[in-house]
Amino acid sequence: MKIKPLQIVAHIILIIGVLLMVLPIWISFASSTHENVSILTEGMRFTLGDQFSRNYNEVLNEKGGWSEEVTAAKMFINSFIMALGIATLKVAISAMSAYALVYYRFKLAVPIFWLIFITLLVPLEVRIFPSYKIVSDLGLTNSYTGLILPLVASATATFFFRQFYKTIPDELLESAKLDGANAWSFFIDFLVPLSKTMIAAMFIFMFVYGYSQYLWPLIMTTAEEYWTVVMGMKIIYTESYEGVALPRTAERFAYIILSMIPPVLVVVFLQKWFIKGLIQTEK
Amino acid sequence: MSFLDLKNVTKIYPNGTKAVHETSLSINEGEFMVFVGPSGCGKSTLLRMVAGLEDITEGDINLDGQLINEVDPSERDVAMVFQNYALYPHMNVYNNLAYGLKNRGIDKETIEQKVNDAAKLLQISDFLQRKPSMLSGGQRQRVAMGRAIVRNPKIFLFDEPLSNLDAKLRIQMRLEIKKLQQKVGVTSIFVTHDQVEAMTLADRLAVINDGIIEQLGTPIEIYNNPKSLFVAGFIGSPQMNFLDANLNNKTLSAENFEIKNIESDYNGEVTLGIRPEHLIETENGLINLKVELVEQLGSDNLVYGQIKNIKDFCYRSPGNQTIKKGDNLSLNIEENKYYIFDKSTGKRVN
Ligand SMILES: Nc1ncnc2c1ncn2[C@@H]1O[C@H](COP(=O)(O)OP(=O)(O)O)[C@@H](O)[C@H]1O
Ligand SMILES: [Mg+2]
Repeated sequence: MKIKPLQIVAHIILIIGVLLMVLPIWISFASSTHENVSILTEGMRFTLGDQFSRNYNEVLNEKGGWSEEVTAAKMFINSFIMALGIATLKVAISAMSAYALVYYRFKLAVPIFWLIFITLLVPLEVRIFPSYKIVSDLGLTNSYTGLILPLVASATATFFFRQFYKTIPDELLESAKLDGANAWSFFIDFLVPLSKTMIAAMFIFMFVYGYSQYLWPLIMTTAEEYWTVVMGMKIIYTESYEGVALPRTAERFAYIILSMIPPVLVVVFLQKWFIKGLIQTEK
Repeated sequence: MSFLDLKNVTKIYPNGTKAVHETSLSINEGEFMVFVGPSGCGKSTLLRMVAGLEDITEGDINLDGQLINEVDPSERDVAMVFQNYALYPHMNVYNNLAYGLKNRGIDKETIEQKVNDAAKLLQISDFLQRKPSMLSGGQRQRVAMGRAIVRNPKIFLFDEPLSNLDAKLRIQMRLEIKKLQQKVGVTSIFVTHDQVEAMTLADRLAVINDGIIEQLGTPIEIYNNPKSLFVAGFIGSPQMNFLDANLNNKTLSAENFEIKNIESDYNGEVTLGIRPEHLIETENGLINLKVELVEQLGSDNLVYGQIKNIKDFCYRSPGNQTIKKGDNLSLNIEENKYYIFDKSTGKRVN
């Protein structure tokens, strides 16, 4: 097989892209296996060191925080629960609201859709005080419900589901109706399986969104048992050195690498669906 | 009251389009009714009102003795085959057939039994595990039919189900649909714009034009005795020839010939219609045709030519005759095989 110059160029560009994506992760990982001091003095590393088990053990088992009780593992779990809740509810709610907007042809469907869409201009950071007030009035601070609930509405996902449902031919609905399907069974038996790919993709995006929340959990939680991954990154792993707080850089890198695992697992688990949906052109 | 009864049914779409005008129609149990008409005449609309997919603006529809105007489509017990089949893309063939049964709460064994029976009838047993995307056009068509048959509905509705198939397959499926319907005996309405399809399938057919049933009858009745210019032109292939003429005192005078003793009291401008197959070659015939084009079909020839100022006049000659471009033919009309229509209203006057 002859290789064309254009192919070589394309591959070079792709390889550069891959390197750009992978290198930071590799540097983090390599650095996480060295001693703290050597990173502080010599900078980040490209090669593996010999402190892997010490650093990772430290991160997983060290009890941090003011009360010296919260562990990294606990924070991963918290973030995982928060992200799972946010992603699941976001997907479910936006799929259903898009269903209502597309299939119940009420007069206000279009204005309501645009109203939902406009909320993109009002992200959580903008409405953080009123949101906090509501959640604290409801007594939901320091709870998973409080972490999740204010973030479950999604204009983006509603928009994508709406656009997708609009491409489904009317005959499918009509045919299902004649086969005795009601509104609920059409949603469950048709729209959900047909939008599998979409659901998987949305779930991944929303999971990462939930997992990387910083400001909201920071404001919401005073109890350390509800701390999340991103908060922990800032708060723990400093050490005192001649009265100055020095970051424990190697452990921080280890923490970063570990914190990537839950979202990576989600992607790996869902990508089967995702890719299957992309390959099978079912029309 | 007959099995399906439409009484003064009118459909006005929200945008003001009046698609069906006060249509009344009765269909007997087990009958194969065909709605035929040009595209946009309202035949789908009429069918979809029977299915419950469109609201009925005015009038009543009774099915099996029950007024169904307000009955939800899922409760009507009708089955429909759509033009693009509307198979469920994410379900395999088995589930496509089984879905409607599941929704009725029928138990698993019975469903399996029914699906397998229907699949056998339609020769799709080998594809039950396949998704629709892995089937050919003809197979999809069969699955769509199977989905309708398996439920044993009160009535089958077909909306141009053959128009996505290639010509050969279309003829084959046409035959199969007819045979199948005779076998299962379910009352059917079949919508098409193809008059050959209509003629071959129908027990009775309704020729629809502009939201109005122009004529209702058996295919032969309509072919032999069209009541209007529209029906005459629509039914029959190749199309009937039309000539301007004048009718006065039972004498018809066309461009260069006359017919006497016509059975009609109408006087005035008319259109004379003659089917290509109702012409015969004779010496000193009424019509002189200057041949311009011959289409040889094998069994017969379609001869197109000119009569004085009238172009594209068609004559169907037996296949064994050799007729060439430039020939002059002398033709007569078979005894009484001509149709005269009022030129302004299109109504038949003889
Ligand atoms: N949903 C609709 N809204 C408005 N007008 C429609 C709609 N559907 C069909 N029509 C109009 O109604 C008339 C009849 O349509 P239809 O029944 O689909 O015709 P056919 O099936 O005979 O081709 C057409 O003029 C068409 O434009
Ligand atoms: Mg139509």
